[in-house]
Amino acid sequence: MTEPLKAEFVAKRQLIRWPVAWRQPLTMIGLVIVAIWLVVAVFGVLLEPHDPLVGATPDRLLAPSAEHLFGTDSLGRDVLSRVIAGARVTLPLSILLVVLSMVIGTVLGALAGYFGKAVDEIIMRIADLVFAFPTIILAMVVTAALGPGLENAVLAILLVSWPQYARVTRSLVLGARNSEYVIANRLLGVGVVRSLTRDILPNIAAPILVLATLDFGNAVLLLSGLSFLGLGSVPPTPEWGAMVSDGVANFDSWWIATFPGLAILTIVMAFNFLGDSLRDALDPRSRRATTGRAV
Amino acid sequence: MPEQRKPPAGSASTDPPGSAPENVAVIDATTPQDDRPRGLRARHPLLVYIVVRLGVSVLLILGVTLITFILTNLVPSNPAASALGERASSDPAAVAAFNAKYGLDKPLPQQYVIYLSRLAQLDFGDSTQTHNPVAKDLGSAFPATAELALTALTIASVLGVGLGLWAALRQRKFVDQAVRVVSIIGISTPTFWLALIVYYLFFYKLGWFPSSGRLDPQFNPPKDHTGFYTIDALIAGRPKVFWNAVGHLILPASVLVLYTVGLLARFARTAVLDVLGSDYITAARAKGLSARRVTFGYILRGALLPILTVVGLTFGSLLSGAVLTETVFAWNGLGQYAFKAATTLDLQAIMGVGIVVGVTYIAINFVVDLLYGVIDPRVRNR
Repeated sequence: MTEPLKAEFVAKRQLIRWPVAWRQPLTMIGLVIVAIWLVVAVFGVLLEPHDPLVGATPDRLLAPSAEHLFGTDSLGRDVLSRVIAGARVTLPLSILLVVLSMVIGTVLGALAGYFGKAVDEIIMRIADLVFAFPTIILAMVVTAALGPGLENAVLAILLVSWPQYARVTRSLVLGARNSEYVIANRLLGVGVVRSLTRDILPNIAAPILVLATLDFGNAVLLLSGLSFLGLGSVPPTPEWGAMVSDGVANFDSWWIATFPGLAILTIVMAFNFLGDSLRDALDPRSRRATTGRAV
Repeated sequence: MPEQRKPPAGSASTDPPGSAPENVAVIDATTPQDDRPRGLRARHPLLVYIVVRLGVSVLLILGVTLITFILTNLVPSNPAASALGERASSDPAAVAAFNAKYGLDKPLPQQYVIYLSRLAQLDFGDSTQTHNPVAKDLGSAFPATAELALTALTIASVLGVGLGLWAALRQRKFVDQAVRVVSIIGISTPTFWLALIVYYLFFYKLGWFPSSGRLDPQFNPPKDHTGFYTIDALIAGRPKVFWNAVGHLILPASVLVLYTVGLLARFARTAVLDVLGSDYITAARAKGLSARRVTFGYILRGALLPILTVVGLTFGSLLSGAVLTETVFAWNGLGQYAFKAATTLDLQAIMGVGIVVGVTYIAINFVVDLLYGVIDPRVRNR
């Protein structure tokens, strides 16, 4: 007697209204830039004109030219090749970061929202504690204690980024928990896990995914920020933040810092464009507001 | 799932959920209650509100110290080595003295109490890099950052709220889209890189602004009253020093403004849009009030509270931005101190910065909460 219990009560899902999203030019611009960077990350080895890790001493600090389009750094390495190689460092790590913090945050937030009481208190008070620090400060403090290095930087960023997912998921679960279809299915004998994964999560997934899109930029900025501070990547890894840091030391050679900085800016901007128009296509608030008359 | 909780097979189809509200109420624990405040809360709502917020802030500060305690004493494999530095930690006597001083040989809860009592006496340990007590370093670095951050916050708030209001009133028009794109780009720009570009262009190439630091080398810092060079120079009656300090403030403050103004504009826009649809705005317009009256007397006033919260939160990103910006401008505040500490793995100094920034952030948000309660009576009774 399990079959008749199949969801009799179906809720309206909070979905992204794709026609609205596609109408926005920012969606397209964001997608194109992200696609370009993904291609660069995957096929980068074929695109690099020089070795990103080894340079020749006579070639140090050369200004941009036909041979070195983005110039060379203080060790004579080709900046263009290093920017391309940097995509292979930053993009996989940032994707890993966003996926992990989304999963951890969503699970904890869903548990907090569904069970309430002590579970809720414990999880959300820990989240509050993380929110008591500006993110980069907490990430910096944690990485410094763990010891510098990309793995520890990723761990530190994970630690500071899950609570935002937990907060959003918790409030969404709170909203969905008492809706009629969830209660009805609970009455029909649907268990906790099934109730959460089948009844609630699919209906609240869209806002969480939008948050993840917007969080991608944060992950890139935090990662490169920590590397800029010398807490992230270790030389000679071609990490963009560390390359900007090299540019501070060689102030005259503007090209060393400018190009990796532009790389960070474009990829973060692309994801923020994308996330922003998706949020716009999602948020009922902005829909309502469009009908409001301007003064 | 226990079998007995399944209703009879027929019941689901004969009882659609809408027609059986009493069934729902059984599960729904959040049945409407009388939530009018009673007792002390009814008589002194603001006082109770302040005490509760203060309690929360104190708990958060304790939490911050718990985090730094765990990070300094538990995470590093050898806390003595990371606190004393390479050379001293090879001396067993020094390590033993260190362990005894900080109670590292005692059980953990006791260690935390010792740690707290040290913090309460403003003993943050010694910096391995400057060889000063960390508290002393922080004392001189904090005002520098505060001066920079407050200058940037003031400018960014005025600009951001103005832009947000403008965009909201011209919703879906060109201005709105432009503000949107510019603010997303602002949020997406790595601050440390922007600082470098701005410094290179406006000091190195164009020479419009003075070089790094807080004052030109030929000036002595004014006598210390507030730690803010601009204010201290005015107190000391040294206009030349004042103008020089202002000149040095412009570039780093501009970087922080560019970084935060987008965020503020976005939130101000949303806050204004929330208010725009309200009945009281329609009523104000129907009364025939001038557009300016409606904008500043009604819309902006209604949107003030959420904007205030965001200004408080922005302070956090300003402090983060300062950490990444000060290094480029050789601004000897918390950021540059943290950068030097991070590059030399000066753990006590980094934790000191973490505590100071965390506590400042909590304090700012406490003040915002207070203003909230004072401005909006509804908040107190929630």
